Amino acid sequence: MPSIKLRAKALEGGLIEVKALMTHPMETGLRKDSAGELVPAHFISEVIVTANDKEVMKANWGGSISKNPYMAFTYKGAVGDKLKLTWKDTKGGTDSGELVVA
Amino acid sequence: MKIKLITVALLTALGTTVTVAADNDIAALVEQYIASGFKQGEKQHTERIVQDETQKQCTTYRNKIPSEMQKAFMERERATIKYPESGKLSGNWEQGQKTFTDGFAWRVGTIMPDKPDAVRGGNCYACHAADPKEVAAGNIGSTLTGYGKLRGNTPETIKYTYEKIYNSNTYMPCSSMPRLGHNGVLTPEQIADIVAFLVDPESPVNK
Amino acid sequence: MSRLTIAGLVTSALLAGVAFAAEEPNADAYREMTYGDRDANPALLVIDRGEELFKEKRGPKNVSLEQCDFGLGAGVLKGAYAQLPRYFKDTDRVQDAESRLLTCMTELQGFTVEELTKQTFANDKRNEDNTDLEALTVYIAAQSDGMKINAPAEHPKEQEAIKVGEGIFWRRQGPLDFACATCHADDKKRIRLQNLGNFSKAGVDVQKTMSAWPTYRVSHAAVRTMQHRMWDCMWQMRLPDAQYGSPMTVALIAYLNAQGKDGTYALPGMSR
Repeated sequence: MPSIKLRAKALEGGLIEVKALMTHPMETGLRKDSAGELVPAHFISEVIVTANDKEVMKANWGGSISKNPYMAFTYKGAVGDKLKLTWKDTKGGTDSGELVVA
Repeated sequence: MKIKLITVALLTALGTTVTVAADNDIAALVEQYIASGFKQGEKQHTERIVQDETQKQCTTYRNKIPSEMQKAFMERERATIKYPESGKLSGNWEQGQKTFTDGFAWRVGTIMPDKPDAVRGGNCYACHAADPKEVAAGNIGSTLTGYGKLRGNTPETIKYTYEKIYNSNTYMPCSSMPRLGHNGVLTPEQIADIVAFLVDPESPVNK
Repeated sequence: MSRLTIAGLVTSALLAGVAFAAEEPNADAYREMTYGDRDANPALLVIDRGEELFKEKRGPKNVSLEQCDFGLGAGVLKGAYAQLPRYFKDTDRVQDAESRLLTCMTELQGFTVEELTKQTFANDKRNEDNTDLEALTVYIAAQSDGMKINAPAEHPKEQEAIKVGEGIFWRRQGPLDFACATCHADDKKRIRLQNLGNFSKAGVDVQKTMSAWPTYRVSHAAVRTMQHRMWDCMWQMRLPDAQYGSPMTVALIAYLNAQGKDGTYALPGMSR
């Protein structure tokens, strides 16, 4: 199952709007389990989006971002751009999704 | 209430004859559905779905008790009221503020029960405004802001307020407000503290 | 006592004046800001998972759910949720989407009701992902996005469910003396800042609610279905756990959908 839902659409003025939903538990490191023990932190710490292999957005995230996070941004681009979103998390996990701007 | 059974013949798409139940049959079906509608087991406290006479009447009349029944209804409720052993119907307003604010707790079942020993509060802000600094107050009940300022701190007001909280149905049949004392949500002492929170001139309710 | 009652009336009149003058707390702008963008709904991820679960061969019989009949014929999902609950001849009872799902998962796929209902809802306190039942339900429901609430009320058992649901709605019980109607039978009421909606009359309030479920509840970080909503209300009323897919919960949903007829589904919903 794709864990990332990526959408893009061309706006006026040569801008491309990118929207992304990512499946991730985003454990803050502050939550306690039923036994009262802290659940270790496990969250996405870095998101990079490239268009035609050129970085157009980079985000550094912390534990305050919600579970299954949503992100939206715009960049100067064009229809036909090959987008790639990659995230890395604090346990060394990573995933990516790709999309051609239509 | 209609006692007679109305039988209505209806043609379904298949052309068979069937019947639709009347009010009394619906009430009986409600009880059947309720009886099978909850999980069983000791953690479920299924005794909670059994109605007492008050709940039955309020259900039957949809909270509008006929006027000729109201006197007996309210007398029955009044007879349930117990007072603190100390005889003091107004206690400590600071403690009362906490009890007024705390949630009811007391949720049961196996999915997400409250701890059985969790302190129970009145969860009063769910429905009532009181301390004007608390903006997230509900509006199902009347606003209590300035309660003591408007009604005074007299023995009559204190007694009325205590009784209203202990058993709301004493003054208004089928009130939406839980019978917090009668049903054992709050102790008489906790109710006396809430009374103080409402009437004490020093309480933020009356500032 | 009569003196006190009069004093009470005067006081409430005074206070009503005060309340009227003050600005009513309103969180609508906040809600629009937070939930206005439909692309931002994490339920969309859960729907994708639900679709996979629906089409995958599963269970002891190793078949998919693609032949499940939700009322419009085997395999027809488009618009089916909008016409539930309804009477099903094979089970001889009125079923909502979720009780029907149980029927298909047992009859077609060979699961048992016991294993399916062992845990019906994700535990948000444990940060769990949605259960298979929740993912499947929101996938099925989303196929009625944009359609009107239009549950049939022709079969006598459908009519009975609506009537009984109404009776359950008004039944008072438990340590708080609550009925559904205690919170949901007057206009413009709130528990704290949460709008409640008057569901005792047909119209906008009940349409808005019934057309927005299943919803992604941000406070739970999970999709919640109507069966969860029914369990949740009973739990908040300090009653036992409602039985998933029981005639009681289905009757309540049948009543609410009858009240909310012609509301337009905006699925998946997103809310507090």
